[in-house]
Amino acid sequence: MGRVAFDHVTKRFGEVTAVDDLTLDVADQEFLVLVGPSGCGKTTALRMLAGLDDPTSGDIVIGDRVVTEVAAIDRDIAMVFQSYALYPHMTVRRNIEFPLRSRKVPAAERERLVQEAAATLDLEALLDRKPAQLSGGQRQRVALARAIVRRPAVFLMDEPLSNLDAKLRVQTRAELVELQRRLATTVVYVTHDQVEAMTMADRIAVMDRGVLQQVGPPQEVYATPANLFVARFIGNPPMNTVTGKVVVSEGTVGVQLPGGRIELPDDVAAAVKAHDEGEVVVGVRPEHARLDPEGPLEATVAVVEVLGHEQHVICRLKDAPPAADAEGATDDVAGAVATESLFIVRQPNDDVAPGIGVGVRITVDTRRVHVFDAGTAGQRLEAA
Amino acid sequence: MARSHTRAAQRRREALLGYLLVAPALLVFAVFTFYPFAKNFRLAVYRDKLFGAGSEYVGTEQVTDVLGSGDFRQSLWVTVLFALMSVPAGIFLGLALAVAAHQRLKGIGIYRTIFASTVASSVAVASVIFGTLFNPVIGWLPWLGFNPQPPLLQNPDWALPAVALVTIWQSIGLSFIVMSAGLQAIPDEVMEAAQLDGARPWRRFWRVTVPLLSPTIFFAVVVGGIFAFQAFAQVEMLTDGGPIKRTNVLTYYIYTTMREAQDEGKAAVLSIALFFVTLALTLFQMRILEKRVHYAQ
Repeated sequence: MGRVAFDHVTKRFGEVTAVDDLTLDVADQEFLVLVGPSGCGKTTALRMLAGLDDPTSGDIVIGDRVVTEVAAIDRDIAMVFQSYALYPHMTVRRNIEFPLRSRKVPAAERERLVQEAAATLDLEALLDRKPAQLSGGQRQRVALARAIVRRPAVFLMDEPLSNLDAKLRVQTRAELVELQRRLATTVVYVTHDQVEAMTMADRIAVMDRGVLQQVGPPQEVYATPANLFVARFIGNPPMNTVTGKVVVSEGTVGVQLPGGRIELPDDVAAAVKAHDEGEVVVGVRPEHARLDPEGPLEATVAVVEVLGHEQHVICRLKDAPPAADAEGATDDVAGAVATESLFIVRQPNDDVAPGIGVGVRITVDTRRVHVFDAGTAGQRLEAA
Repeated sequence: MARSHTRAAQRRREALLGYLLVAPALLVFAVFTFYPFAKNFRLAVYRDKLFGAGSEYVGTEQVTDVLGSGDFRQSLWVTVLFALMSVPAGIFLGLALAVAAHQRLKGIGIYRTIFASTVASSVAVASVIFGTLFNPVIGWLPWLGFNPQPPLLQNPDWALPAVALVTIWQSIGLSFIVMSAGLQAIPDEVMEAAQLDGARPWRRFWRVTVPLLSPTIFFAVVVGGIFAFQAFAQVEMLTDGGPIKRTNVLTYYIYTTMREAQDEGKAAVLSIALFFVTLALTLFQMRILEKRVHYAQ
């Protein structure tokens, strides 16, 4: 019923390709999060789904029907905008009622549905206020109520939490997921915030520069990022990515990084071996590295961030390119990685934090090391 | 102690500078606005004697005479009719054009320029253009099959609508610009939300666009009303207040009283009357219409 699909959808604005050949299926009752940096095409994709923008090519399917040529007004969807887009001249009741009045729902039925939506979002006491008299969180709930009141097949949400303060955002995150479960509907949710994506989604779809990079359950995307972009975008603190040279010797495969050499486990080694003497990018999540006097990587402590429940020890690998080079970072992934000069180690708060400027050694959990092609695409290298 | 002393001195210096800066504007206003305005009240209580033999103090007698006269009542009625014919139509057409031009279409800028262009033409130019178009011999009215007798501008039934039409045409440019600015201020997302909420264009226009545009429309009604009550040049150019005073709007009546009858006292009474009529109209609009205006916070 609430299935949604993009079928080879491309959107160009003049010379700019905002969405490039997007093919993506969203199952009925799924919570799918489109995530990516600003300008990655996620909002354009959502707007095409809503019917607010027309695809240059390709088809959009909602339910069992191709809706590419169907006007926004006739698609069975509701949208929550980043700015909430409430009608400022109408009371909360009128705002929630508006979609029903537009569809000529009889008064008694309308009243019942408004009460129901208001109750769901705890808005009963606010029905006679105008949006200007509400807090940001309340406005957001009105926007949600207006969206759910007519039970559409699909909900579209465009960064609905970005105008809330941090604490309210965390709370609303959970409420939104709960609401989606209760209403049993399909949600396509756009955000640039990877934490929102990770915590709310059944599946996340990562986009960059108009191209879909990877789709999958949050844990899968986190654990096995398809390429360097996804690896660096998903995760906070970000994954350490360091360029090194592949060294094959006496049956072992290692990578010579600034600061030292690490050995790769057999499954990855097989895929990397072909790059003998070539360059690859090694990715290490901060939680898969630790300070260890016996560790293979030599580094100096640059900063220690204490978060209360954990510490981030930010180090500079020995012989790493100086940070100043980052200014010359080129646009392609490999170029950006080449300038990566810091390495983050995440450790429990109980551990003793090293002093700044102190020389340390780092061990990485090689079973959880990610290796990427050093080329522009930065594809993940793994055993076939 | 010393500190507060210097602070007070500094405040005084700043105040002095402030007065110095407003002084030129104040002087201009005093000479050209405040003084003539006050002088009017003095003139109103003096009646001109015949043959320029000076004037005598008559108290409120002249005021009641003038305001009680049939000429004044007719002139006021003509002015009200003129405002009713020209203001709503000018605003409505400006709004319609603004809505039409508020679209992302190729070459829409050309239309915007055309729609706004009447703002750059003076009332006099507009009057000359329409005077020619209305001409029973060389104009386009006969060509359209509309050829009233007597001719339009000399026709008691048609002269005022014709003058109003010129005014509407001339006011469309400003109305269009004001309405366009108002439309720009309505967030796209609100209009898109209305679309997704299933509202057809007509409903979107009446339920969302118009209410959100109400401060702009209100502004246009107030300013348009004031302009209409002060309209002069189109009457002077096209009809000279005729035929049979059917276009004798208040400003033109004041002008002929002063210029042709040379009756300063009577003209002063009429000017004061015009001022209070305009004031009353504006206060009425603010009291009644503004209740329906939605201001964003």
